[in-house]
Amino acid sequence: MIRVQQEDFDVGQEIKSLRGNDTGIGGICTFIGTVRELTSDKAISSMTLEHYPGMTEKALGDIEIEANARWSLSGSLIIHRYGKLEPGDQIVLVVTASPHREAAFEACQFLMDWLKTKAPFWKLEENKSGDHGWVDANSSDDVAANRWNEAKNKG
Amino acid sequence: MKLIYFAWVREKTGISEEDINLPSEVSTVSQLVEWLINRGDNYQSAFADLKVIKVAVNQDYVSFDTSIKDGDEVAFFPPVTGG
Repeated sequence: MIRVQQEDFDVGQEIKSLRGNDTGIGGICTFIGTVRELTSDKAISSMTLEHYPGMTEKALGDIEIEANARWSLSGSLIIHRYGKLEPGDQIVLVVTASPHREAAFEACQFLMDWLKTKAPFWKLEENKSGDHGWVDANSSDDVAANRWNEAKNKG
Repeated sequence: MKLIYFAWVREKTGISEEDINLPSEVSTVSQLVEWLINRGDNYQSAFADLKVIKVAVNQDYVSFDTSIKDGDEVAFFPPVTGG
């Protein structure tokens, strides 16, 4: 399941509804991305996330389908927020549930790596003096995402 | 054809989205970019370095040599930074 929303999310609630009554689940892995105040050497006052409505949902949906094809998951959830956020705010939630922990751990990391390089979001940072700048893509994110292609080719 | 721009590509063109009539000589994304650049300085500045521009046609990532046709939705944006 995927959701793109402005509102905050309650991790406990989300896990509870993902689990439902599925007693076949043996492990749940959760990742929460939050707004970090310090970027390089400067403190930011806010971060605004812009996205491409329509393509975002499509890209996240495709990534989730890929994760479910690679790992045996009992359930998965991606929530990504957009709009203006402040340091400490939650940005993204990925939850994966599986009968065994390995699949949950790996699928969770895979989903995060892929959404960082494929989901059409852009971060605009603003500092206290009112200066703003777009966050540059990080090449280490590409490296992290590419290792899953390598893993697939080897497999 | 609908063109959409995001993040600093939108800021540089000064346009969020626009409808254009696709000229008959334009049949690929590259040719579209070339045509846009000739329309004005704002496009020239937005498309100055194509290495940092991603393109999606009908909401799927494509390369610059991809064919396009009237009625397509074409979006230009910087490398993504979500998560």
